[in-house]
Amino acid sequence: MAEKSASGEAREQANEQHIEARRRAVSAFAQAETDMLARLWEEVGEGRPIAAVRGPEVGLVMVRGRVGGGGAPFNLGEASVTRASVRLGEGTVGHAMTLGRDLERARLAASFDALWQLDAAHRDMVESRVVLPIEAAIAEAETKAREETEATRVDFFTMARGEDE
Amino acid sequence: MAGLRQSEQAVIGGFVDPVFDAQAVFRALLDATARPGTVRDLGGTCEPPAPLGPAQGAILLAFSDMTTPVFVEAERGACAAWLGFHTGAALVDAGAAHFAVLREFGEAALDTLPLGTLAYPDRSATVLVETESLTGGDALALSGPGIDGRRTIAPAGLGAGFLAAREANRALFPCGIDLVLTCGSAILALPRSTTVEEV
Amino acid sequence: MYVAVKGGEAAIANAHRLLADRRRGDRTVPALTLEQIAGQLSLAVDRVMAEGSLYDPDLAAMAVRQARGDLIEAIFLIRAYRTTLPRFAASQPIETGRMRIERRISATYKDLPGGQLLGPTFDYTHRLIDPEMAKDGDVAAAERRETAGDSHAPRVTDILGDEALIEGDGDRAGEAEPADLTRSPLGFPTGRDLRLQALARGDEGFLLALGYSTQRGYGRTHPFVGEVRIGFVDVEVELPEFGFAVTIGRVRVTECQMISQFTGSKEEPPQFTRGYGLVFGQSERKAMAMSLVDRALRADEFDEERRSPAQDEEFVLAHSDNIQATGFVEHLKLPHYVDFQAELELLRRMRREGDRPAEEGDETE
Repeated sequence: MAEKSASGEAREQANEQHIEARRRAVSAFAQAETDMLARLWEEVGEGRPIAAVRGPEVGLVMVRGRVGGGGAPFNLGEASVTRASVRLGEGTVGHAMTLGRDLERARLAASFDALWQLDAAHRDMVESRVVLPIEAAIAEAETKAREETEATRVDFFTMARGEDE
Repeated sequence: MAGLRQSEQAVIGGFVDPVFDAQAVFRALLDATARPGTVRDLGGTCEPPAPLGPAQGAILLAFSDMTTPVFVEAERGACAAWLGFHTGAALVDAGAAHFAVLREFGEAALDTLPLGTLAYPDRSATVLVETESLTGGDALALSGPGIDGRRTIAPAGLGAGFLAAREANRALFPCGIDLVLTCGSAILALPRSTTVEEV
Repeated sequence: MYVAVKGGEAAIANAHRLLADRRRGDRTVPALTLEQIAGQLSLAVDRVMAEGSLYDPDLAAMAVRQARGDLIEAIFLIRAYRTTLPRFAASQPIETGRMRIERRISATYKDLPGGQLLGPTFDYTHRLIDPEMAKDGDVAAAERRETAGDSHAPRVTDILGDEALIEGDGDRAGEAEPADLTRSPLGFPTGRDLRLQALARGDEGFLLALGYSTQRGYGRTHPFVGEVRIGFVDVEVELPEFGFAVTIGRVRVTECQMISQFTGSKEEPPQFTRGYGLVFGQSERKAMAMSLVDRALRADEFDEERRSPAQDEEFVLAHSDNIQATGFVEHLKLPHYVDFQAELELLRRMRREGDRPAEEGDETE
């Protein structure tokens, strides 16, 4: 009995890790530049046929904020998004939603999601050859922006006045 | 992975041509509601998961979106993923539903579903009920807007409380529930304004 | 009352053609590209996104170009566009505490954790026209300074909040579905969620004037900028096809925490209260004005007497939308020939009736 629940726990943990890994990968695909996705698909897609299941189609997402920054949610305003669902030749279905109205970006992002799910070998390959380079590109752009902002940091210094010392 | 299989199942069985199929279904339900008691066939436009019938699936695909929560009685898990993928609609409790798929229409429906308010009578649920057949049952007489005099229908398997619930629903006017009886791909509408009596 | 009037067709067609011609202007001057508008008039684009209530820089740039730089016309175009699109989902609430900061200042704490980051601001510029702007000279790349930490910083209200000297963010209300004025008609009284939605898309000039009025004594508060921050936040959406939340991209927002006025009652000790501003894009003025008006509209919560326009939610919310406002003001130029004829006739009749008794009076005398 105890053994069973232990293995159940392990399975649950593995499932959570799987979800977290896919969440990270899908988030990377959605934020990559279209040119980069196209080039990477060229490299790792092996010319697979991609069949459209739905879309790509443009719609809206209502972006929410929180009252005071951390309170109850409120509707800030909408953002345009593109979503796509595709099926690879192998039958695996992938999904994507990205900000903006770039149909090709959503289609490619969904294709990568499908390829990631195909099997363990493809997942590892997509992780190392697609997800990591995208994350590196994002990190590089963010580092540049952060360093530019950092240069505008105010370093206060106090001037001693009066005759105390 | 079980989750994976369900997600792949969820993406199939939608409209082949979302725009034109939705328009055709919209038009058919509009006509059916304008002429209560007439039967219309929606054709095989989609393949929804159980317990939804083809006409029920088609109506939900055409009419529901993320702002119209759906209640499905006897839901077995697959509906949420299917409706979620194709329409964005969430499955909710009966009290919050804009559309409700019930096994039968009885007074319980009036106790649990939104009936609209006097200021916004449109905020009531639209109910879909699958029947054994839209013909061959006990004859019922319809009267009201959209019917020239009287019209007779004979759906089978409506349940014992049907007529009493219809009468109670009629008394709520302008509030009340609009009902669509379905059988496979066929539909018959009984809007809240229609009076239903034994012949 | 309107009547169908025919005969304007050719005039309208030619007016459209003239508009297109004037929009393009001198053909020997290169046409503006969308990249130029989005890149070099980015604050105009941000305003169109904020008040158009649609985050899409490319589309907003297109609208600015089509509207010849008339921002309210561009906002109108954006609002019209969004009505043609289906809404797929609502995002998870954005986490401004996780913002990748581009600018962050506080007027209340000199040495607040995370520091003061000036960013690309007009403040401290001379605000004199720079002759260099007439040329296309080289512009130096931004200075960079290495930093070990990430670009997050705690929100100032979390710092003060630890001492319980400032009101909290309030109840998360069980994460109830927030009100949405794009889906249901505005009714009064409203909740703070709906007010913030209306203010976030409200006219910058209108909110600025209202915020200013509270400073001049029409709705007393004594505000301090606790913090203004500008930067990028991730947009996360939980989609049924995934079954978990994914990041779909990032948006630039401006957030303002305005700290104001002591209160205190039998239940509550004296503490600072807060107004909140959150706006798409880089728009410090709008976020600050929004936070002032948000605080003024909470008068009832703090047992303050509502005497001024900025404290009257019906007045504020019914007039803050510049598309509604321009629609009703500008409709006055539509043909009112029959209306006006009727009024003219009425006036003539009143004159006639006004004259008659006087004449009769003369006769009786």
